[in-house]
Amino acid sequence: MIAIPDNPTRGHLLRCGPGESIRDLKAHQALGGLKALRHALTMQPAAVVEEVRKATIRGRGGAGFPAGTKWSFLPKDNPKPRYLVINADEGEPGTFKDRYFLRQDPFALLEGIAISAFAIGAHAAYVYVRGEFVQEIRILEDAIDRMRKEGVLGRSVLESGFHLDIHVHPGAGAYICGEESALLESIEGKPGRPRNRPPFPAVAGLWGCPTIINNVETMACVRLVLLHGADAFLAMGQPKDGGPKIYGLSGHVKRPGLYEAPLGLTLRQLIYDLGGGTLDDRPIKGIIPGGSSTPVLGPDALDVAMDFDSIKAAGSMLGTAAATVFTEGTCPVAVLLRISRFYAHESCGQCTPCREGTGWLERVVESIEHGTGRPGDCDLLLSAAGQILGNTICALGDAAALPVISFVNRYRDDFEAHITGKRCPYGAA
Amino acid sequence: MSLAFSPDAERELERLVHRYPNRRAAVIPALILADREFGYLSREAMEYVAKRLEVPPSWVMGSATFYTMLRKRPTGKHHIQVCVNVACYLRGADRLGDHLKKRLGIGFGEVTTDGLFSLEGVQCLAACGTAPVLRVNDEYHEDMTIEKADALIESLRRAPEGAPSPGPGGGR
Ligand SMILES: Cc1cc2nc3c(=O)[nH]c(=O)nc-3n(C[C@H](O)[C@H](O)[C@H](O)COP(=O)(O)O)c2cc1C
Ligand code: FES
Repeated sequence: MIAIPDNPTRGHLLRCGPGESIRDLKAHQALGGLKALRHALTMQPAAVVEEVRKATIRGRGGAGFPAGTKWSFLPKDNPKPRYLVINADEGEPGTFKDRYFLRQDPFALLEGIAISAFAIGAHAAYVYVRGEFVQEIRILEDAIDRMRKEGVLGRSVLESGFHLDIHVHPGAGAYICGEESALLESIEGKPGRPRNRPPFPAVAGLWGCPTIINNVETMACVRLVLLHGADAFLAMGQPKDGGPKIYGLSGHVKRPGLYEAPLGLTLRQLIYDLGGGTLDDRPIKGIIPGGSSTPVLGPDALDVAMDFDSIKAAGSMLGTAAATVFTEGTCPVAVLLRISRFYAHESCGQCTPCREGTGWLERVVESIEHGTGRPGDCDLLLSAAGQILGNTICALGDAAALPVISFVNRYRDDFEAHITGKRCPYGAA
Repeated sequence: MSLAFSPDAERELERLVHRYPNRRAAVIPALILADREFGYLSREAMEYVAKRLEVPPSWVMGSATFYTMLRKRPTGKHHIQVCVNVACYLRGADRLGDHLKKRLGIGFGEVTTDGLFSLEGVQCLAACGTAPVLRVNDEYHEDMTIEKADALIESLRRAPEGAPSPGPGGGR
C-alpha cells in the first residue's frame, strides 16, 4: 500500500497549498523553475520524447493514454507545421484540478508546454481554457507575457534558437469541447462537434496539421520528468503507472480539496486519511471515483487502489481521480438525475443514439425520482443505456450511459422503492 | 443604432486576429468580446462580429448558438450563476438556489425588474472541492453559505461596479 505523504496538500505537482500561488517568474525560478526546460534544450528533441516515453506518463485528462506513445504517432515526413494543444477545458463534473495550475502555478504548466513543444517540434501551442475561468485566463496570459519579455518564450527560447509562441484560446461553455476533436473544431471557430477518426489528430488535427493534445496535468508531469529524470519520476509512483497524481475529493467529506500522492492510493486512504472521513461520520453510500461519467462504487470498494487498472478491475474507471462521495441518507436517484441531466444538456446532437438516448434517460430518471415511474423502468433504463454504449462518434454517449447502468444495478432497490411507493422515499424530489 | 467596439475592445480584437493563421478561428473569442462589450449577443452584435472579422454571418451565428456561455439575451447587471451539479448539490446548492430565488424574487433565467440581478442554474464550474459555488459575472464565490450569499447580495447592491474578490480557493 502507498504510504500517506506527510503533507498531502503539497508535493511535486502541488507546489502550492490551498490559498498559495506562484505567479512571479522569479519565484518559479527560485524553486528550480526553468531548470527542466534548460536541460531539455540541451538534448535532441527525440531524446526528450524518449525520456517521456520511458516515464510512461499516462494521460491525466481521463483516458490514461501514455504521453510518449501518443507523441510517437506524429508522422515523420509531413511538411505541415505541428501544433501542441493543451486541454484546460476541465469539464468533467467533479473535477477541479487543472484550475490549480492555471490559477496558482501557471509557470509549471507553461514550462511543461515549452518542453513538450520542443520535443515534438511545435512552434505554436494553444491552451484551450474553459470560458468561465476568466480570472485564470488573465493569470495565464500575464504569465505568458512575462515569459516572452524574459526571453523564455518567443523567437529564441532561452537563446536556444527554438521558436515558440503559446496562446490562450477561451472556450464558451460547452462540455463537449473537452473531447479532443471537438476541441479542435472549437479552436477553428466552429461548433464543437467531434470528428470521425481516423484520421487521428496526430496525423491531421488543427487546420489539418499534425497535432498533439494533452491535458494540463500531463504537461506538469512532463516538467517533472525532465527535472528529475524518467527513472526518478517512475519511482514516485507504481512501476506501471508512473509518477505522482493529483486527487480530487468532493461531496460529503470533512476536508474536500486537492491532494497529491502516488497513483495507487486506496479510496479509503483518500476519503479517511486525507479527507478526514465523512460528514458527521455517516456511512458511505456511494463513491463516484473519477468524475461523473465513471461508474459509481459502493463502500465495499474502499480498499481498491486508485490506479488505472485496479479501478477498472473493480468495475469503474480512474478517470480524473476526482472522487465524489455521498453518504447514507442521500437519494441515489436524485444524484443520478443531476448526472443524466448534465449529459443530456451537453450532448452535441450529432449522433442519434446520444441525442435521443440521453434525453430519454434524463426523462425516465426524472419521472422515477418524482414518483411517476412505471414498473419495468429499471430494465428500460438498462436497455436504453446499452443502446448508446459504443454507438457514437465520441465517448460522451458512454459517459452518459455508464452512470445510469451502474446506479440502477447498485441501487436497484432504491429505484424500485420510488416506483412502487410513487414518491421519493428520501424526500429529495 | 449601430454598434461599435470601444478602443479597448478594438485593441483586443487586433490581438485576437493575430493569434491564429485565419480569421474564422477568432470567431469565438470575438463573440466573447462582443458579449462583454454589448451585454449580450443580439443579431446585430453577431452581424457586427462577422463584418469585423470579414467572415460570413452564418459562421458567426452557427457558433454563437452552439455555445451556451454566449448570452443570447440581456442579463442583470450582476448575473448570478448557481452551480447545480452533483458536488454542489451534495453540499446544499438547492437550498442556496432557493434562498436566492426567494430573496431576489426571481427564478432561474429571470432578471429583477430593476435590472440589477439575474439568476441562472449552471453545470459544474470545476470548483467542486469548495462547493457550493456561485459565479457572479467573472468571479467565483466558493464555500458558499446562505449567510455569505446574503452578504454578497448586499455588497453587490452597495457597490454595483464589481463584487469583492474572494481570493484563490474562496479564501480557504
Ligand atoms: C466528452 C468528453 C469530455 C472530455 N473533457 C475533457 C476535459 O475537460 N479535459 C481533458 O483534459 N480531457 C477531456 N477529455 C479527454 C480528451 O478527449 C483527451 O483524451 C485528453 O485531453 C488527452 O490528454 P491526455 O492524454 O494528456 O490525458 C474528454 C473526453 C470526452 C469524450
Ligand atoms: S459541481 Fe459545482 S463546481 Fe463542480
